[in-house]
Amino acid sequence: MDTSQILVTLGGLGLVVFVVWYFFFGKRTSTAAALTESGVQEIAITVKGGYSPDSIEVVKDKPVRLKFYRDETSSCSEELVFGEFSLRRELPAFETTVIDILPTKTGTFEFTCGMNMLRGKLIVR
Amino acid sequence: MQTVQNHSTVTLEITGMHCASCAAFVEDALSQTQGVKRAAVNLASEKATVEFLPTMVNVHALTAAVENSGYGARELKHDTNRAAQAEATEERKRNEYDALKRRFTLAAVLAAVIMPLSMTMLVPSVEHWIHQAIGMQALNGMLLVLTLPVLLVSGREFYVSAYNAFLHRMANMDTLIAVGTGAAFAYSVVATLFPALFEQNGIRAEVYYDTTATIIALILLGKMLEARAKGQTSAAIKKLMNLQAKTARILVNEQEREVSIDAVKRGDVVVVRPGERIPTDGEIIEGASSVDESMLTGESLPVEKNVGASVFGGTVNKTGAFRFCATNVGAETALAHIVRLVEEAQGSKAPIQRLADKISSVFVPTVVVISLLTFVVWFNVMPAETRLPFALVNFVAVLIIACPCALGLATPTAIMVGTGKGAERGILIRNAESLEKAHQIGVVVVDKTGTLTQGEPSVTDFVMLNDTMTREDALQYAASLEHYSEHPLASAIVDYAEAEKVDAVFTVHDFLAVEGKGATGMVSGENVAIGNTKLMEQQKIIMDSEATSAAVKLLAEAKTTMYVAVKGAIVAVIGVADTVRETSLEAVQELQKRGIEVVMLTGDNRQTAEAIAAQVGIKRVFADVLPHDKANAVKQLQSEGKIVAMVGDGINDAPALAQADVGIAIGAGTDIAMEAASITLMRSDLLSVVSAIELSRRTMTNIKQNLFFAFVYNVLGIPLAAGLLFPFTGWLLSPMIAAAAMAMSSVSVLTNALRLKAVKL
Repeated sequence: MDTSQILVTLGGLGLVVFVVWYFFFGKRTSTAAALTESGVQEIAITVKGGYSPDSIEVVKDKPVRLKFYRDETSSCSEELVFGEFSLRRELPAFETTVIDILPTKTGTFEFTCGMNMLRGKLIVR
Repeated sequence: MQTVQNHSTVTLEITGMHCASCAAFVEDALSQTQGVKRAAVNLASEKATVEFLPTMVNVHALTAAVENSGYGARELKHDTNRAAQAEATEERKRNEYDALKRRFTLAAVLAAVIMPLSMTMLVPSVEHWIHQAIGMQALNGMLLVLTLPVLLVSGREFYVSAYNAFLHRMANMDTLIAVGTGAAFAYSVVATLFPALFEQNGIRAEVYYDTTATIIALILLGKMLEARAKGQTSAAIKKLMNLQAKTARILVNEQEREVSIDAVKRGDVVVVRPGERIPTDGEIIEGASSVDESMLTGESLPVEKNVGASVFGGTVNKTGAFRFCATNVGAETALAHIVRLVEEAQGSKAPIQRLADKISSVFVPTVVVISLLTFVVWFNVMPAETRLPFALVNFVAVLIIACPCALGLATPTAIMVGTGKGAERGILIRNAESLEKAHQIGVVVVDKTGTLTQGEPSVTDFVMLNDTMTREDALQYAASLEHYSEHPLASAIVDYAEAEKVDAVFTVHDFLAVEGKGATGMVSGENVAIGNTKLMEQQKIIMDSEATSAAVKLLAEAKTTMYVAVKGAIVAVIGVADTVRETSLEAVQELQKRGIEVVMLTGDNRQTAEAIAAQVGIKRVFADVLPHDKANAVKQLQSEGKIVAMVGDGINDAPALAQADVGIAIGAGTDIAMEAASITLMRSDLLSVVSAIELSRRTMTNIKQNLFFAFVYNVLGIPLAAGLLFPFTGWLLSPMIAAAAMAMSSVSVLTNALRLKAVKL
């Protein structure tokens, strides 16, 4: 093994560790939805390579309004799937798509892009 | 804004409303504005529909009136009904497609130039000539300039998207393309600008501009094909949305006025002319016609409609003109209900998708790891002079060939096409799980009345006992008397006479309905009695042996028997039964052919039940079942380890429908039955059950094919691209071939799903 091989091996394995840690073990924080005057738990979510915020906390049995603003044209994020609520919506680029749901049970429910690569979750307490 | 005659209608979006009283307040504010004919505010949709005289008031004044009352308002330029929304989405998709096409064209044209220029080394004389004329470095510089627009214009979105995803600790399809082409491009730029770096280590300073440009062009081509195919997967729901009429002609002060569909309210009288689409749901109050309801029910024959009949928005009036009273509008109509149901089904996830979902959620980072390891391994095992380009090419090939899209598309596209196909045929599937379950059905439990049978009694036998009068006369006496009765058995006799073209024209006096027995009266001056044995006894009419034996024969066939007595003597015996639907036998046979056991469930007595079961070929019968025990019968079958489907139409069936693994509500059904059902069939025909199961089976097969293809493609493609076969066969995968394969893999999955459209149901 020459120097460049050692460097490539170490660099490559280092990148492998980084990829695994960065994508699988990163810390994520949740944001609670704000309660409006009319009793709706509302939150604005920006869609740009992912969902910001991507972890949303709400309480059970109160209507939830998720306002998705898709801030990109990449086709990866054009669809939003919320399996628990039987929702598959198109998110037009640079527009806000409002999704109203009523969570009736507690738990963590995932919402994803059409191909399950971009992910966010709704935590119902 | 829409102007009809002197009136205009505008839809305003209202903000700040929280409750019904807010809506009433806004409605008042608008109604009291001078020049406003009427205003309707919908709290749920946050919209106000205002009809006004443009000569007296304008939209600005209307929004001002709302704002003065403390709320926000703005004119909604686009009509907001579903059809208009669908149109706007179409338009947007077209624009996106055009933009994609422009990006592809640029990439394809430049790739077509870059490719031959990059291949000069294949022809030594040309390479030598270029070397002499401009030098390799200048040629590479030229290629770099040509490739830049491909990256920065055509491929820009991949890099931006990958970067944005990276910030979110996410990796998607674009990550693979961006890293792959980015690495090839970066390597080439170094080789172009600093060739000495390579040459001093004995490595040829090769460039991969052709690879970069071709990959981007091919992936864009794949995306274009994908967009086209994807558009077709939702064609069925678009078709349904387009059934919604945009305007309606309503009656105001006995004058017809055309208004926007949003302005139609419950209770409005709507006028429909021949050939027009019926704008909303209602009940006919004047006129008659035949209506084509195939778009909702899949039933191809037009349906006759008279006063009192229900009509549905989206169906087409054929011949007559009529007026109807709107009973359901907007989101409450059957069409809106169907659209919502189909949308929900298309948004739901099938359990079979779970594994694919699990894989796709870790797919991209895993592929990145594999590509990195590929690079490291080849860099360590290949000779020093070739190891860098060799490792790079395989690294790029792995990133490019991997296709998480095929995995992600496999199930949902088939579900979309399948549920859409169902909706076209009047088969509404609640969710993907129901569709998946339906293919495993082992037992179909069928409610007898209204499902296997017509659900209403009809005359099956009219047996003349002697020749004291003709058959027509006897029927005429019977029908004339029963005309006055409201009993279902009486209607059966009247209907039978009508079908036999015998008019019930005799005058009737002293009509008397005898509860539980029959009816008596003076028909055309003669004493007539129609009813059961008890009535005959009460009337002291002698039951001769001929009458008794005719009755015994009918009873043996589980038919209800009635005697017709004229002038104190029995002249005829009538057999009445709930008749089996024409298609029931065929449907039962079709189900049995598919290995599905058909079981009958009924509240009727065993004799009647067995008689009907024998007619349609059903071997297992649950008779004398009380309504609340129907669910227990289903439970019993489930305990035998079978996947049970329950087919029913009534409120009584709701618990059984909910208990069954697959609840199938038949006929337009009741709302309660629809709520409890996994599948709703718009046609009252057991053959629809066969179609629904067939649709489920075909869709599941399609999903399995798609998943198999997507798995196998990646499982074979990735190791091949990594060069796993190279030591044994010398096979390597060019990143450009990998790009073509990747582009085609998603398209293949979509094309396969679209095959479901051609399924004959």
